[in-house]
Amino acid sequence: MSGVLAVLEQRADLSGQSVLHKMALEAVAAAQQIGAQLNIPVFAAVPGSGVEPLAQTLAGYKLTRVHAVDHALLAAYTPDGYTAALKQLIEVHQPTLVLFPHTYQVRDFAPKLATALNRVLVSDVIAHRVNDGVITLVRQLFQGKINADVCFEGEPPYFASIQAGAFRADSLEAGSALVETFTPTIEASQIRTRPLELFRESARAVDLTAAPVIVSVGRGIKEAENIPVVQALADALGAELAASRPICDAGWLPMERQVGSSGQTVAPKLYVAVGISGAIQHLVGMKGSKTIVAINKDPEAPIFEVADYGIVGDLFEVVPALIAALKK
Amino acid sequence: MKIVVAIKQVAARDSQLRIAPSAAWIEEADLAREINEPDAYALESALQLREAAGGEVIVVCAGPEGASQTIREALAKGADRAIHIDTSTDTGAAPPSDPLTLARTLAAALASESPDLVLTGLQSEDLGYGQTGVILAEVMGLPHATIVMKVEAAGAGIKVKRELEDGWFQYVEMPLPALLTIQSGATKLRYATLMGIKKAKTKEVRRLKAADLAPAGAPSIRLARIYTPEKSKHSQIFDGPPAQAAAQLVEKLRFEARVI
Repeated sequence: MSGVLAVLEQRADLSGQSVLHKMALEAVAAAQQIGAQLNIPVFAAVPGSGVEPLAQTLAGYKLTRVHAVDHALLAAYTPDGYTAALKQLIEVHQPTLVLFPHTYQVRDFAPKLATALNRVLVSDVIAHRVNDGVITLVRQLFQGKINADVCFEGEPPYFASIQAGAFRADSLEAGSALVETFTPTIEASQIRTRPLELFRESARAVDLTAAPVIVSVGRGIKEAENIPVVQALADALGAELAASRPICDAGWLPMERQVGSSGQTVAPKLYVAVGISGAIQHLVGMKGSKTIVAINKDPEAPIFEVADYGIVGDLFEVVPALIAALKK
Repeated sequence: MKIVVAIKQVAARDSQLRIAPSAAWIEEADLAREINEPDAYALESALQLREAAGGEVIVVCAGPEGASQTIREALAKGADRAIHIDTSTDTGAAPPSDPLTLARTLAAALASESPDLVLTGLQSEDLGYGQTGVILAEVMGLPHATIVMKVEAAGAGIKVKRELEDGWFQYVEMPLPALLTIQSGATKLRYATLMGIKKAKTKEVRRLKAADLAPAGAPSIRLARIYTPEKSKHSQIFDGPPAQAAAQLVEKLRFEARVI
């Protein structure tokens, strides 16, 4: 049998209901597109415990089948449990290509799953091509400075994880899908790690998602003592101040001001990135902004790839000049 | 506790990268190189664990001859000894191997070590697969956790703090031996002391050849070609003197984008 299988992430919300991860439907969209290009059927799988109702919510999409991969030992995510369950599903149904959204959870188990089947996952894919039935995947190297074409070798199954935003969930094709429960065989003794409760460190005092204008600062600021330089720009623009991860890790700005995959995802009408090179972990948190301005001394910095306007130069000269120009 | 830290040497962060004519990999000849930053945090975590609980820290690094500099730096920071898996070939620096081949090579080099804990950075800054640690755990038959911020002893095993998305965290307990991939930034990195640099010169570095360890069998993925990405968005760049560039930008934001 052949096909494209999208493996979807879910978790319980505050009321205990299973909900799909925000990137799950992007993986379904990717599977539909690639399945159509390869002319093979498309499947989805939702691993968890009691996930049949959630799997039913996918019945309205154009899919051959949705597998509710259901087992009490999958109630809490563990890499051992998920790998054991999905390995069995893949061995039974033998998909050609298995797609995942590139989430933190997928990063935790998908490489293990591929290894258990003697394959290598192509992680964090941003684009694809299909020529004569052969898939080529595009991924980023050197933090976005270089792209690479990656091909699969040998026999399927092939594995790939899809970067946030690479496929659009609103391009999903409607249709109908058969929902089927797949019950893997898992023993409690196979699960070696014991996950405890999820928690947050602090209540978020700053809601960056509500800010119409954000000035965000990165490594280029060099020292904590220089933060007032960008604060002054934020004040001049009436903006909230935000930062990339290294700034918050260093304690120069509080964690709740962090934008990126481990912080907040924002889409203001204006986002000004100052001294931020644009590592993908930052870009996924802000690339939906309406207008993006980048100020960086390195003309090759990936942040310029997503910027509408850019100034190449030393931020310690450019930012004061910009404040002066705004006051004119 | 016997801790192995897998580290990698990568192109320095601000390097100007040039793609080799073959488009198989970058020109490596006169590139400044440094430790992969997440691996520096893995090393730091290992040194802190040893300080708390005693034991030994062994660095393993697969890389060309020049990686010995990064290994020396790790020894100078306090690692006890090192294993250098030399990946140099007769034809110069080869394009990097896929992460499964690399993990199998690392596992073969560690076969006689039986570590209690294996640590590595959560991803490399060059290839960025973010997979080598997880694959190595599977190849070595170890439980693992990724994107770890903190490690503490818990009975006979360990309890680790994992970072999840959107500001969430989770503690996970597991028995030893185990493998962890370490997140950057969770702790301060130490500098090598003068004494440390001196001592590093006498520490053991076991040299192995990657070719002798590499597993049989063809890789299941292939890096076909690398290239400079095309701009997906047309950006207007102002690179004149700061005052002029700033004025041009403000003009555009006011009258073209109309966002201020």
